[in-house]
Amino acid sequence: MQNLKTVILHNREIAPGYYRMAILAPGYPQTAKAGQFVMLRVQLQAQPLLRRPFGIFKTGTLPPECSGMPPREFVELVYKVVGSGTELMATLQRGDQVELLGPLGEGFVATEDENPILVGGGIGLVPLFKLAEDLCRQGRKVRLLMGGRTRDDILGITEFERLGVETYVSTDDGSLGEEGLVTAVLERKLAKYPGAQVYACGPTPMLNAVHAICATHSTPLQVSLEALMACGVGACLGCVVPGKEHREDEPDYLCTCRQGPVFDAELLQWPESGGAA
Amino acid sequence: MSQPTPSLAVELAGLALRNPVMPASGTFGYGQEFAPYLDLEKIGAVMTKGISLRPKAGNPTPRIAETSSGMLNAIGLQNVGIDAFIRDKVPYLQTLNTPVIVNFFGNQLHEYIEVAEKLSDIEAVDAVELNISCPNVKQGGIVFGTEPCAAAEVVSGVREKLNKPLIVKLTPNVTDITVMARAVEESGADVISCVNTLTGMAVDIEKQCLHLANGTGGLSGPAIKPVALRMVYQVVRAVSVPVIGIGGIMTAKDALEFLLVGATAVQVGTANLVNPGAMSEIVDGIEQFCRDKGIDDINQWIGSLQE
Repeated sequence: MQNLKTVILHNREIAPGYYRMAILAPGYPQTAKAGQFVMLRVQLQAQPLLRRPFGIFKTGTLPPECSGMPPREFVELVYKVVGSGTELMATLQRGDQVELLGPLGEGFVATEDENPILVGGGIGLVPLFKLAEDLCRQGRKVRLLMGGRTRDDILGITEFERLGVETYVSTDDGSLGEEGLVTAVLERKLAKYPGAQVYACGPTPMLNAVHAICATHSTPLQVSLEALMACGVGACLGCVVPGKEHREDEPDYLCTCRQGPVFDAELLQWPESGGAA
Repeated sequence: MSQPTPSLAVELAGLALRNPVMPASGTFGYGQEFAPYLDLEKIGAVMTKGISLRPKAGNPTPRIAETSSGMLNAIGLQNVGIDAFIRDKVPYLQTLNTPVIVNFFGNQLHEYIEVAEKLSDIEAVDAVELNISCPNVKQGGIVFGTEPCAAAEVVSGVREKLNKPLIVKLTPNVTDITVMARAVEESGADVISCVNTLTGMAVDIEKQCLHLANGTGGLSGPAIKPVALRMVYQVVRAVSVPVIGIGGIMTAKDALEFLLVGATAVQVGTANLVNPGAMSEIVDGIEQFCRDKGIDDINQWIGSLQE
């Protein structure tokens, strides 16, 4: 964990409203784990005040810019413009300064199960890339179910496929892949591959539905949660989620930034209905 | 020739601090959370989050919202409770070569007193800060902080059972903060810290809903600094005990402003959340300012406002 005052290597739009930003980050290729996140401060002024949390998409090393210089280790984020912080981020360019706190939190645990199935919705696909890399490196057959509202929300399909990941795409409007929800694909895959381990990241209704399906099939599930955060280090307790045993009179809150953002689904409290998706 | 290092040491009711910079309760966890980013022996004191007699769940989420140059929080004083604090958190705090101040609160008078008694027994705790000013809890807290008689009752009750310096933290959500300051001074406060957060709210015009599950929250950050500075200025002139200034301190310049109007020390809150190394930078900045101005002791600067 470190707080780096560093610079942007590149920042470009990869789909309407989605950007990909690489930041000089010494040490990240060795330390960052799949599912961890960073807190990014985009401006050293009071507006916007708080850092923003982003799941780590990729880490890597670029060759030195000229001989005698050290190789450039970087971390790559993919983000969607949704508010003032990300609007400002979208204007940043190579060489602009940012502050990077991380890598933070607990990431995915790659288990030994035969059939890893990754389920990602929209921007939730981002932290799954590093997990897919790890699983593929272990020689596992990885299946990724990608969901989005339209084709613009399906991120990084080529890169996942380049790893050797088998991808299945569904969109709400049918503009790419099959029309419908990603959870419908998950139902079919779980019927075909019993004994799978599911890893999921995406909007809350999607996660609720994924949990309900996995529970029905007695399939182990790890989920990566998104939460509003102020500090990212477990101090402010702004990002808590109810744990499995949580009751009004007997609190059992889990801190998303410190104990997550990736949780074993069994540790969390889920809507009994199975969610709204 | 290099200049001599200025002395930043200050004293709060017999408590010696190496410098006047400490965290504000609720923004620093139990201290250990910040150890990877900040040398805890560089700051004047460590301040832990508010502790109550029993563990407290806090409020439902969402608990935080960002506003213009500020942050709203409605955490609701979630904490592990005094017994778990003693068992799980004190062993680490004991290892620090920095004074430890524990913030605490209760729902009722007897709870404040019971926690004070337990804190009295802990050697690693150098001082306590009595929170009668949290805007985010329905019971206790704010009632004690907004009614002079209730404040006096809780302060004198705690004072009687406590063998350590007693800091009382005031809320800005009153008509005249000097009335509250005098009431707590007269009933036994050794130090006054002010201010806690200002009650505020935020709404979402797209979803037509409140941002915080609690409805309202405590506003902190640069947005509140002018209000806090005014109140610290007023309180310093209304009481004779030392005052700790709190409210939107992000930089050394902000801290120096509070010291200039008479605060003996400052607490840094939201800045810790934005930058976990903020207090270290503030200490360095104060030291550099003193060098630049030829100030060899920070106490020469404290309260030196020319009027």
